[in-house]
Amino acid sequence: MSTQRGRIRITGFDPQAVEDRDPLSEWTDYEGTETEGRWVRAARNFRRNRVAMFGLVVVLLMAFVAAFSRPVEVWGVVVQPFSLAPYDPRTILYLQPDYAHVGRYDPPSLAHPMGTDGSGRDLFSRVLVGGRYSVSIGFIVVTITATVGIVYGSISGYYGGIVDEVMMRILDVIFAFPGLVLALVLVAMLGGGYWQLVAAFTIFGWASYGRLIRGEILKVKENEYVMAAKALGARDRSVIFRHIVPNAITPVIVQASLSVGTVVIGVAALGFLGIGFEPGTPEWGTMLDQTLETLVQGPGGRIPWWATIYPGLAIFLFVMAMNLVGDGINDALDAQEDVAMTQGGGG
Amino acid sequence: MGFRRFILKRLLAVVPILFGVSIITFALVYLTPGDPVDLMVGMNPHVSAADRARIRADLGLDAPVYVQYYRWMINGLQGDFGIVYASNREVSEIIVTRLPETVALGIFGWVFALLIAIPTGIYAAVNKDRAGDHVSRFIALFGISIPNFWLGLMLILVFALWLDWWSVLAPREPLYSTSMLWYLILPGVTIGTAASAILMRIMRSSMAEEMNKDYVTAARAKGLPERTVILKHVLRNSLISVTTVAAFLTAGILAGSVVVEVVFNWPGLGRELVNAVVGREVNLILAITLFTGIALVIANLLADIAYAVLDPRIRYD
Repeated sequence: MSTQRGRIRITGFDPQAVEDRDPLSEWTDYEGTETEGRWVRAARNFRRNRVAMFGLVVVLLMAFVAAFSRPVEVWGVVVQPFSLAPYDPRTILYLQPDYAHVGRYDPPSLAHPMGTDGSGRDLFSRVLVGGRYSVSIGFIVVTITATVGIVYGSISGYYGGIVDEVMMRILDVIFAFPGLVLALVLVAMLGGGYWQLVAAFTIFGWASYGRLIRGEILKVKENEYVMAAKALGARDRSVIFRHIVPNAITPVIVQASLSVGTVVIGVAALGFLGIGFEPGTPEWGTMLDQTLETLVQGPGGRIPWWATIYPGLAIFLFVMAMNLVGDGINDALDAQEDVAMTQGGGG
Repeated sequence: MGFRRFILKRLLAVVPILFGVSIITFALVYLTPGDPVDLMVGMNPHVSAADRARIRADLGLDAPVYVQYYRWMINGLQGDFGIVYASNREVSEIIVTRLPETVALGIFGWVFALLIAIPTGIYAAVNKDRAGDHVSRFIALFGISIPNFWLGLMLILVFALWLDWWSVLAPREPLYSTSMLWYLILPGVTIGTAASAILMRIMRSSMAEEMNKDYVTAARAKGLPERTVILKHVLRNSLISVTTVAAFLTAGILAGSVVVEVVFNWPGLGRELVNAVVGREVNLILAITLFTGIALVIANLLADIAYAVLDPRIRYD
């Protein structure tokens, strides 16, 4: 086998764990006795995992709240009329006649459960709406990058030889940069904004999926059914995407679910650095950008802790819930223990 | 293949990667829609089109891309990365003054990560599936999920503002002084937390795996005390798995330095990069990105060598 033990490989994920997997375990264990698909089995395992289900509920709840926090308009048509947030997240309240008594950095109260921020906007409303940016970018980026990575890695792993060599050296070069630094430079070039951030995290973000699935494909393509498919005259494209990829995709799914949190943190980090979005955008990271100045300059008298704690807590909660989901998927799919942990986090 | 040949082979493999790194860096920045000349003369309405063309030619911006790349690389190899337009300072001078700050922060982050992760990982593996293991798993989940900029802000809030153990802004003293060591603690902890959490889990799983191997049974059968078995035999073999993620963690720490330096106003390369991005200082962005890439390639190389030292089988590929 081309992946014999002891061969060194450039790191970027935990190759040891991938290597230590018995490539045929799935195949032999359930052969003959299996009456249900592995996805059905995985879904059942997942539902039994209380911690993971808790994470899933938190993720869905936060996504729901973000979607229904303020009405959504598409090209002037209201597609979502509900409004859970009590105030408009961009309205500076003391400029409104009805709310002239609301000040800057008002502490939490009944009317403003999380207080107001440095411009006198309702923090609770802003935190609710804040999920719209980073969370949706997280899911979009992961979907695109995982798809591109799967195609890239599959071609590289399946054809092998010089094609593989060249494609993997390209990945080595991409891996020479931390993802956040690449995203930072790309945003510097493209400018801030929603789709610019999607692009910034997508343009190089597929690389880790590419390397991950290539390793799997090297193992899967040794199976007899692949040779059988080829012998029957199947085209390369159908061999790769119908026979090989479905059997190599498990670790990619696990990594994708854990990467959502990484991208969310990355997007919020760029927001925090003040280059992701316009100042004043109700995005979790951007909201924290403003509070840094206040903390450093030393606020007169009291410290507006609420403006620092709540937006960050929202990011933290979402990412943790998402990581619980990812861990749960990892367990449910019987993928390698802890390869998962090396993929989440960072940023 | 001897050890020396192994190192030589790895060193040679680094050359094309460094070349690729320089190409990606240059390509990234060359895609800039903005024009540096516009930035330079933006404030001044008295600059004619002819002046612009002259500035352009002076800076070599009228040449084809590959010529510009070639010049940039040749100059870069001689330590000349151009100037910062706004301040007329040499980019290389900025790099030289900022680099030690970031390196100190990164090393502190690494040391913190190792100091926390290795003992906790050993503890979790020895007490696998018991309460201590679950607690460590929970802590690791926390460490991985917490955004580093928020962690930094919370540390400032709690330790600098509420407890008043630190002043919010570190005083500017020479980097190599004992008081700066004190001021390295908060940013260092912030930068090392994620790495520490990942490392903790990796230590745990690799130790747990090693402990099932035959040589451990053999060592125990010889009557070695459990302590010796764990700390001498198992630990050494599990450290191999640490080297496999070392470069990945270094990437995380480098990315973290960008954010953490802004939070703590630490005068390193990361903060400089953010300022360069805000001010669109192309030369500075290019140079810092390039150095980040080079640093990671070197980290990768060192990790490979450490792997070969710990696991001699690697050398006989």
